[in-house]
Amino acid sequence: MYENNQDAAPVLQQLTFNLAGEEYGVDILAVREIRGWSRVTRIPQTPAHLLGVLNLRGAIVPIMDLRLRFGLERESYGDSTVVIILAIAERLFGIVVDAVSDVVDIDPAAIKPVPDMGVIVDTRYLKGLATHVERMVMLLDVEKLMRPEDVETLDAAMPAIHEVEVAA
Amino acid sequence: MSAVDLTQFHKTFFEESLEGLDAMEAALLALDSGSTDTELVHTIFRAAHSIKGGAATFGFTDVAAFTHVAESLLEEVRSERRAVEAELIELLLRSVDCLRAMLARSSSGQPVADAESEALRAELVRLVSGEADATAVVAAATVAAVSGWEIGFSALPHLLQTGNDPLRLFRELQQLGRLEVVRAFLLDGAPQLADLDPSSCHLGWELRLHGDVARGDIDAVFDWLDGDCELTIKPLQAASSGNAVAATPQQAPAVVQPEAPAAGRPVRETAVASSEGGTIRVGIDKVDALINMMGELVITQSMLSDIGENFQLSKLEHLRDGLAQLERTTRELQESVMRIRMLPIGSVFNRFPRLVRDLERKLGKQVRLELHGEHTELDKTVMEKIGDPLVHLVRNAIDHGLEMPAQRKAAGKPETGMLKLNAYHEGGNIVVQISDDGAGLNRDAIVAKAQQRGLIQAGQELSDADVAELIFQPGFSTAAQATDLSGRGVGMDVVRRNVRDLGGTVSVRSISGKGSTFTIALPLTLAIIDGLATAIGSERYIVPLISIVESLRLRPETVRKIAGGGEVFHFRDEYVPIMRLHRAFACADAVTDIEQGIVVVVEDDGRRVGLLVDDLLGQQQAVVKSLEAHYQRVQGISGATILSDGSVALIVDVSGVVRLGQRRKAA
Repeated sequence: MYENNQDAAPVLQQLTFNLAGEEYGVDILAVREIRGWSRVTRIPQTPAHLLGVLNLRGAIVPIMDLRLRFGLERESYGDSTVVIILAIAERLFGIVVDAVSDVVDIDPAAIKPVPDMGVIVDTRYLKGLATHVERMVMLLDVEKLMRPEDVETLDAAMPAIHEVEVAA
Repeated sequence: MSAVDLTQFHKTFFEESLEGLDAMEAALLALDSGSTDTELVHTIFRAAHSIKGGAATFGFTDVAAFTHVAESLLEEVRSERRAVEAELIELLLRSVDCLRAMLARSSSGQPVADAESEALRAELVRLVSGEADATAVVAAATVAAVSGWEIGFSALPHLLQTGNDPLRLFRELQQLGRLEVVRAFLLDGAPQLADLDPSSCHLGWELRLHGDVARGDIDAVFDWLDGDCELTIKPLQAASSGNAVAATPQQAPAVVQPEAPAAGRPVRETAVASSEGGTIRVGIDKVDALINMMGELVITQSMLSDIGENFQLSKLEHLRDGLAQLERTTRELQESVMRIRMLPIGSVFNRFPRLVRDLERKLGKQVRLELHGEHTELDKTVMEKIGDPLVHLVRNAIDHGLEMPAQRKAAGKPETGMLKLNAYHEGGNIVVQISDDGAGLNRDAIVAKAQQRGLIQAGQELSDADVAELIFQPGFSTAAQATDLSGRGVGMDVVRRNVRDLGGTVSVRSISGKGSTFTIALPLTLAIIDGLATAIGSERYIVPLISIVESLRLRPETVRKIAGGGEVFHFRDEYVPIMRLHRAFACADAVTDIEQGIVVVVEDDGRRVGLLVDDLLGQQQAVVKSLEAHYQRVQGISGATILSDGSVALIVDVSGVVRLGQRRKAA
């Protein structure tokens, strides 16, 4: 059993996972389940990082590849490839990551703002940086990640539509 | 006595009251058309009485007071002291409208009474007091009470069992004025505490209600308790202590402690917050069918688990039987569950007699309305959305379609025009037809208007179907002048859009001088569609069966390339464009050779498009799941469904895809 230490600032529990050699964390309260990779149904006219949808006990849940989302190179999906299903305000979505590592307690006071790294790394979806046992964990902003990215979708879909038009 | 939160029942009250008003209206219309059935008067009276009782119980005093006056008027009709005259029916119909508006305001927590309702109430009161002897009812609305009332109130033992609660009454009274409890006492014959049945009431109260309160308002509060209590009400001056109440005082149990008057009227403020998530009334036979089916399912399940527990190959035959049974039961269960959402279309049709009657008077036309197929059932959601388009079509038919009596006579037709509404099932669809025997579509006027608006070129050859299609164009109206009924050009295009949103189609057939028929075809339910599963590359797409005209394999010589890169093929005397779905949906490794694939001809709004797919996989029912629940809308896709192997297939939004194709053509 855990000690009930409500007097102290509430500790943030984060599920950490690996992505291209880096360690990221998501709020454990947003995690609905962790499952192995299974085939998804592609949806036309969506950005490349949206792999498609899968059937999660009757719900049609979109799955995105976090590597593609962050502009990294796509890995082939294997046995260790893991899908983390996240839920924010009743809406579900899944992210494909390389591997899940641990659940860690993070002291909110120890979270540092993300330094501006220019265009090299996309920092839009990070809430902050934290250190856990001398490792750096990048905390994901799940809400921003799953916000309907209409503008981005549109940008990504436009070339596809254009292609169709030209081809026809 | 625990205080019950009455607000939880408000929704039911509103629903029941609206049903009651519908019944009143229907009966009034029947009386209006000359029926002498006395049962009709009883129906109207009963409906008014229930609404009054409910309104009083739930604290909608304005509604209760209004209904009370109407009820007194009806009482006179019922006891044959007043004749049923057109004027009276007109007044009562207006009262029904007014009550509807009052209920709507109550449910949204707005002030209930307004100038209109007060004026109407005054009119009713005048009618009641004008001829019959002035009863207490008259006092209710006209005579302001003196400085207060003394109320003796003794409950009969069964008071609580009828669902009444004295505390609630006191709260009610408190809203009228300052309520003083002179004393509360045990009635004669009250049992010893040990023998006391907690569900019976042996209490009496002496109350004083101070303030400028109308007698009728007090009556309204106690009205629901008719036969459940002994009641005496006297003006406060003439108060003679307690002898009205047949009881001897014993100790005064402090059971009832009316709280200090709360600020405002809390009951009303917490009125039903939203109309979302409504309820459905389900016939008991449907529920029984469900329970039966459930029983079957449990039996099958136990049988299958029995076989599974120690399976031997010899039991294979049993397993097959069991699975077949499971399949059958599941299908029946699904049908039964879907039937719960199905309601007869009669509830939509019922509003038309009134509408037609009002339009008749307004326009000076004579109309005979015929309703057929009121028992045809359709999904509740579909029904809620089909009401307005139907009203629009009925108005149009009377306003534009049917001619004035003189014109009809001149044309050799009976003076009374005919308007027929018919509903029936056809395949997986419900079809609603609205036909009139009026003048039909005015071809010349439509063509002239279309030319003026630049929709067509002068001298363009148009088939009747083309002309009919024109009236569905946005902003199209041929009415010479805009009336408040129709003719402002917001019309048929809205009807078509609403119907299309429901996955249905609307079309018109018209014969000049003989009349027109509008036909609306709708899917029975939005939750399940019949679809054709198709393969495109390694992916599966479902095409709704309702849109499919034909599927065929094309021979190379029927396909023509046209300027701009499009492809068309010859199909039933017209050239139909081909839409390569694999391109629109960017599918990899799909069949690109038209001769190798299959073309599914779909129709949307009378426009046909051939969708090129690799192969047909067969017809199946698809449970529609929204993509928007967890993602967002995707153009050309109306939703998703789960296939038997658990994977997801997308459902093609035919009109979206057709639009996509048109945009391409326009670009």
